Amino acid sequence: MPNRLTVSASSTQRTFTWYALYALVIMLLSRTVVGWVGAYYEQILIFIGINITLAVSLNLVLGFAGQFSIGHAGFMALGGYSSAALSYFVLNPALMSLPLDGMLHAVLENVALAIVLFAGGIAAAIAGLLVGIPTLRLRGDYLAIATLGMGEIIRVVILNTNFVGGARGFTDIPRWTGFTWVYLIAGACVLVVRNLIASTSGRALTALREDEDAAAAMGINTTRHKVMAFVLGAFFAGMAGGLLAHYMQYLHTNSFTFLRSIEIVVFVVLGGGGSITGSIIAAAVLTVLPEALRVAQSWRMVSYSLLLVIMMLTRPQGLMGGREFHWSWILPRRKQA
Amino acid sequence: MEQFVQQLINGLSLGTIYALIALGYTMVYGILRLINFAHGDVYMVGAFFGYYVARFISTQLGYVPSMLNFFLVLAASMAGCAILGFVIERGAYRPLRRAPRLNALITAIGISLLLENLGQLVFGADPKDFPNLIPRTTLSIGVLTVSNIQLIVVATAIVLTLGLEFIVHRTKMGTAMRAVSFSGDAAGLMGININRVISFTFVLGSALAAAAGILVGLYNPKIDPLMGIMPGLKAFVAAVLGGIGNIPGAILGGLIMGTAETFTVGYLSSTYRDAITFVILVAVLLFRPTGLLGTPARSKF
Amino acid sequence: MIETGKKLRRLSACVGLLSLVVLAATCAPQDKTIRIGVFSSLTGNTATFGISSKYGIQMAADEWNSRGGLLGKPIELIIEDDQSKPEEAALAITKLINQNKVSAILGEIASSRTLAGAPIAQRAGIPLITPASTNPKVTKVGDFIFRVCYTDSFQGVVCARFAVQKLGLKRLAILKDIKNDYSIGLADYFRQNVQALGAQIVTEESYSEGDTDFRAQITSMKAANPEGIFIPGYYTEAGLIAKQVAEQNLNVRLIGGDGWDSPRTVEIGGAAVEGAFFCNHYSAEDTARLVQDFVAMFKKKHNEVPDAMAPLSYDAANLLFAAIQSAGSAEGHAIRDAIASTKDFPGVCGSITIDAERNARKSAIMLQISGGKLKKYDVIYP
Repeated sequence: MPNRLTVSASSTQRTFTWYALYALVIMLLSRTVVGWVGAYYEQILIFIGINITLAVSLNLVLGFAGQFSIGHAGFMALGGYSSAALSYFVLNPALMSLPLDGMLHAVLENVALAIVLFAGGIAAAIAGLLVGIPTLRLRGDYLAIATLGMGEIIRVVILNTNFVGGARGFTDIPRWTGFTWVYLIAGACVLVVRNLIASTSGRALTALREDEDAAAAMGINTTRHKVMAFVLGAFFAGMAGGLLAHYMQYLHTNSFTFLRSIEIVVFVVLGGGGSITGSIIAAAVLTVLPEALRVAQSWRMVSYSLLLVIMMLTRPQGLMGGREFHWSWILPRRKQA
Repeated sequence: MEQFVQQLINGLSLGTIYALIALGYTMVYGILRLINFAHGDVYMVGAFFGYYVARFISTQLGYVPSMLNFFLVLAASMAGCAILGFVIERGAYRPLRRAPRLNALITAIGISLLLENLGQLVFGADPKDFPNLIPRTTLSIGVLTVSNIQLIVVATAIVLTLGLEFIVHRTKMGTAMRAVSFSGDAAGLMGININRVISFTFVLGSALAAAAGILVGLYNPKIDPLMGIMPGLKAFVAAVLGGIGNIPGAILGGLIMGTAETFTVGYLSSTYRDAITFVILVAVLLFRPTGLLGTPARSKF
Repeated sequence: MIETGKKLRRLSACVGLLSLVVLAATCAPQDKTIRIGVFSSLTGNTATFGISSKYGIQMAADEWNSRGGLLGKPIELIIEDDQSKPEEAALAITKLINQNKVSAILGEIASSRTLAGAPIAQRAGIPLITPASTNPKVTKVGDFIFRVCYTDSFQGVVCARFAVQKLGLKRLAILKDIKNDYSIGLADYFRQNVQALGAQIVTEESYSEGDTDFRAQITSMKAANPEGIFIPGYYTEAGLIAKQVAEQNLNVRLIGGDGWDSPRTVEIGGAAVEGAFFCNHYSAEDTARLVQDFVAMFKKKHNEVPDAMAPLSYDAANLLFAAIQSAGSAEGHAIRDAIASTKDFPGVCGSITIDAERNARKSAIMLQISGGKLKKYDVIYP
């Protein structure tokens, strides 16, 4: 099969270097900027980070692969609840029972968080696989409505599962995340999606977005690629859910209604489907917008929805219209074609 | 056995409501390939129009015979929503007709949120008691009970559906609608004014949603600004179930959804009432993706 | 390239403008007032409760301000909407604490949103009083979190005893709201207590908030032949359920919780709710001056009889203000200690004593709907 990653060794190395640099910057920032902006803006920044992860992961499915999924909140819920269950019932009691000093405890806490986030992502990815294999045979609006249905089914099942709190919500989840982790995951998500798009598989995805039949005729295994994109998207949505759980210390199924899925679709479309930069910007703007509109008081949500419509009418191709940010936008242009 | 028949009656009357809302979805989808998410909210606005018209009649005109009152309220509300539908299409959807379909969808969601939030502001967030236009009487047949309202709901729905069938299959506009639904571009080349046809479709669909709003108000006399969300979603599912774009399919889908829900409550568990809707949906989509009465899809996404 | 650069600049201008708006919205507060934060569901699916809670709090603040305020300063309410969503509640509470530097927080009706916000208040050392979150877990978050309503367990006991011992019902059914923690909690405690008293729960059905068709559940319940139905839901559904119960000729006693308290229950339910009972905090027809003044004032301002959320929020606000007054300081720990030592505080919803678990101990009233009015039927002490 010709869909192995064609990223060369040196470019893989470069990717890791970039990510290490990014991680360093984030860790430094979390110490200084967060203390400076105060808890309220920190919290907004964290929600922006979680929404970026959601938007970019959905962009892979919706913007790049062209598969119209509105069940993202369902995967997020699944990831959130399973990672929270793991930390609440297993890892946190284990951690608490160990007689450890501050430093070692903090290290182990971060290790535990990495484990539960990954587990949440895997749980969501498995669900994505189970949902994806049958439903991705459908196209367009049918797929949309099927994924919406799946998302709601996941939510209703959680609502009726008593050991994770059911309708009362899941309380007392340990608070393990903050700015650093949220942005480490968001960065990882951006990087994975970006590299995937640049690979052979990514080209196959965009091909099948443009014309599924033509792509199939060119020998692309369309089902396999669609499922791959879907599973990866679900994985990061699950991670985002885990981040939310371990930041909020509380989960309730009301956070994961189909309106939440639609909100994520709005991030992607408003940013411009197929543009990672666009998803990032849209996620940030649309997270800040309701907060900024608090001045409008009771007209707040009315103006939010009105702005949404106006933005869509005036810029139907999305903020970025499929283009990506490039350094040449801000740096002096070097000689090139 | 009595329980079974009673649940069937419950289910069919619930299904009739879904069917009426589903008709609007299915017509708009058939012509524009647009999931008009704002449709459920137009239904809500219809119920509120009815509420205010009925209050106006009772305070300004005094006593009006109940059937006449009902028809006045119904007609006023249908007219009001027809205008609303026209304005929504003209202002929000028409500029995006050539844009990717996702954009129109997001705009529809935006309009839906706008109507909900505006509704909470203008009508108030608390539920309102829909006026009792027709005194409720209950007919008992053995242990079974049917209310006169249930009969009126079903009768009105049948009349409206027959009227719709007549418009779509027996009038010039209906022929044009079917032509546009088959291929917009080709219909345009044949000299059909597509904009007018699309406007007409929205007007028709919104008027039907208003009728559904009034009927629900009569049947379950509690209306609030968010009442359109769940029925809207379920009606859309009903439209997909029956084969989206297909009018008899929407009716069939609505009735199946209604009965499936009541039978889930009656014989399985009421906790999974909402989930069953989607389980059926996913099952149908997997085994018969075009819906029960739908024709195989001609076009791609 | 040049074109994209221009667009980028325009875009960054937009983002900049937005952040300016945020800054302007949350500009540095002055210390000339006592700032009290309120977070409430002013939009979204439980907006009706949030708005009425806001009215109750505003009335209390207006009354204190007309009497000269608190500690010689006027009370300034900062009211934030949470769109009926848990994360928004967390954001709102963080904003109140960090941007507005409030001294204390009043809020949320729904336990799910109080639970999302309470850990933040607890960490910041800002006292929070919830007017109506009944989930026992709420006050367990920490020593800064209080409530002025009953817990689910107390009300469950009251309703169960009333149904079994006073009304002598032996076969009971439950119809609960599956998406509402208040309803589920109340149903659980009701079931346990009914069974402990030797009566039977013959069937348990559920619906989801916002539903309007309950006929299928009622038909199923009818088959189980109950003598009474317990409906631990809100007034948004209660009247309609009663109506559909009557429609199916099911002649049973209807019993509800404090969520029923609103003129809407009678308005929507009409003749169908005649004779129904529900547990409440107070009776709007109570002759006590406090109650009469409150109801009259509310009617004057909002042209309507208040629902249960308004008086509870009014009491929560009054209790908080009185505590700040007696603490003589607007500092978190002082306020907390003053709230914790509240004894026999005269509220519209009965006299409130805060116990060691930071819950309110107070009596419950059973009301009966008769002739479209709410009549006091029985008073039950804890």
